[in-house]
Amino acid sequence: MLASEQPESRGRSHFILKKVLGSLLTLVFVLVFNFVLFRIVQSDPIGSLFRGRNVPAAKIAELRTAFGLDESLWVQFWAYVRQTFQLNFGISYQSRQPVWNEIVSAIPATVALVGISAVLSAVIGTIGGVIAAWRRNTWKDHAITSGTMVFYSMPDFWLGMILLVGFAVVLGWFPVGGMTDAGSTATGLALLLDRLHHIFLPALTLTLAYLGEYALVTRSSLLDVMGEDYLTVAKAKGLRDVVVRNRHAVPNALLPVVTLTAINFGFVLSGAIAVEAVFSWPGLGKATADAIRGPDLPMLQGLFLLFSAAVIFFNLLADVAYAWLDPRVERA
Amino acid sequence: MTSLAMQRRRATAGRVLGQFRSSKQGVIGFSVLLVFVVIALAAPLLADVRELNPVYARASGNPQWASPGEFGALGTDHLRRSVWVQFVWGSRVSLFVGLAATILTISIGSVVGIVSGFVGGRPDAFLMRITEWFLVIPFLPLAIVLASILGRNVWNIILVIGVTSWPSTARLLRAQVLTVKQRLFVDRARSLGAGNGHLVARHILPNVSGLILANATLAVPISILTETTLSFLGLGDPSSPSWGKTLEEAFVNGAMVRNAWWYFLPAGLGILIVVLAFTLIGRTLEEIADPRLGRSR
Repeated sequence: MLASEQPESRGRSHFILKKVLGSLLTLVFVLVFNFVLFRIVQSDPIGSLFRGRNVPAAKIAELRTAFGLDESLWVQFWAYVRQTFQLNFGISYQSRQPVWNEIVSAIPATVALVGISAVLSAVIGTIGGVIAAWRRNTWKDHAITSGTMVFYSMPDFWLGMILLVGFAVVLGWFPVGGMTDAGSTATGLALLLDRLHHIFLPALTLTLAYLGEYALVTRSSLLDVMGEDYLTVAKAKGLRDVVVRNRHAVPNALLPVVTLTAINFGFVLSGAIAVEAVFSWPGLGKATADAIRGPDLPMLQGLFLLFSAAVIFFNLLADVAYAWLDPRVERA
Repeated sequence: MTSLAMQRRRATAGRVLGQFRSSKQGVIGFSVLLVFVVIALAAPLLADVRELNPVYARASGNPQWASPGEFGALGTDHLRRSVWVQFVWGSRVSLFVGLAATILTISIGSVVGIVSGFVGGRPDAFLMRITEWFLVIPFLPLAIVLASILGRNVWNIILVIGVTSWPSTARLLRAQVLTVKQRLFVDRARSLGAGNGHLVARHILPNVSGLILANATLAVPISILTETTLSFLGLGDPSSPSWGKTLEEAFVNGAMVRNAWWYFLPAGLGILIVVLAFTLIGRTLEEIADPRLGRSR
């Protein structure tokens, strides 16, 4: 028994090691890419700092030396890598605060909003997909399929604008934006309720926008499984329809959904840029939207690096989870 | 080309057309799209482009924030411009950027996918590494960063969408080319002395062209939605306003707080309907290109 387990676990750790190395390589690529993008394409950082205002040539030369722009590209790249690993992303043009501090303060809002929406859309979308597939070609299927397709085809921020005008401006049931009431000193339960009140509309928007993908993937995956012989056997045994569905069909159809969920979680941080802007939700998305208006390049650069790192990390996690759930992966 | 091959090709085209016509979703999608293409092409006849200029709109005495009942078909905005005129001319930009970006996406993706799948070996490994990198980098932030650096005009937006969204096409085509390459007729042609160029042009391409077409149609919605989001975030071309740009201006200038629904509903509906139309057409083409899909849908 020991002998048979040995190669299997070695294969698995070999697979994981390969994936970790691949991820590191991707991270290096992102670093180089980021450097090239911002240091070479944007050829005149000093000029963009003052944007057309009249600055004496001596002052510009002084700043070029201070920023190390006269050094060779290799020296600049090395300095950039070193600073990145020290979490030094420079100073935001707009707030004059370190970029890293700005980013860190925006993370919780985004994780709360997009985290809630990601979980809700995955659960509701999967259930919808199961119902649609199991009752294929009935009115339920048609309603779910066309409904999700409609939500999938509209710009998510436009859906947010409509919900905001309808429920916040016209009906006045919800606040028009932000994370808490202005000037509110509420604490404890009252603060939590206030936050929930504010998060409702943006979370609803993102949930509606995301669930289509889950519903469609679940539906087609379950339809593939439904042709399998073991389901016919399960039905022939006289099992109830619900048992056949929930115990025999759905678990086998969920693997693609698990992958989709893991990959989507990587996009959690960058997923709601325009929607956060619509609802003035003070997260990374709104920070990105604000940085574009500048353009606040150090801020954009830092955000881009963070978004990429998050996706790389969650992709790695998805691969590792896949290796545990489906042992066949090792052979691939 | 022999007349026999011509005949066969014409027969295939006729069969695809017949299959497409018999699909309800395909016909609906196509008809809806046709309406919007006509609107976009006939823009100069339908709406006076001068109305897009705030100075002209003021001089012609348009009211500000007029609702559809008070002025024209769709009312006016904060600068007294007719929303209908913005809708008609915006359709032009949105459709053009969507199609042009898709052509770029599909071209890059097809070349990478076909070269990778057909040549194999080291070039394949190298190209697939790069494809994987581009797949991993979050697409919208990358587009935002590129657009911010390159500057705000239509061609940059097309370029940005093209270089950020090709990887999935490349992967799909590579997989398809790998299976086509194994088929007997490729071996046969090769042993008859066919070169690589001939093999790709005459044997590989015809067998993946259906897939390319279906993939392209399904890529248009992504291009249009990306353009909309980029424009909404302020990266659109100020001189040729798209539907996304209209949404941005409505949002920035307080149309929502005023409940000026006529300002932001039409542009969003236009995007929704065009995207749905392309999706319906794309799904129909996909089912024709890959008949196995028909059973499961």
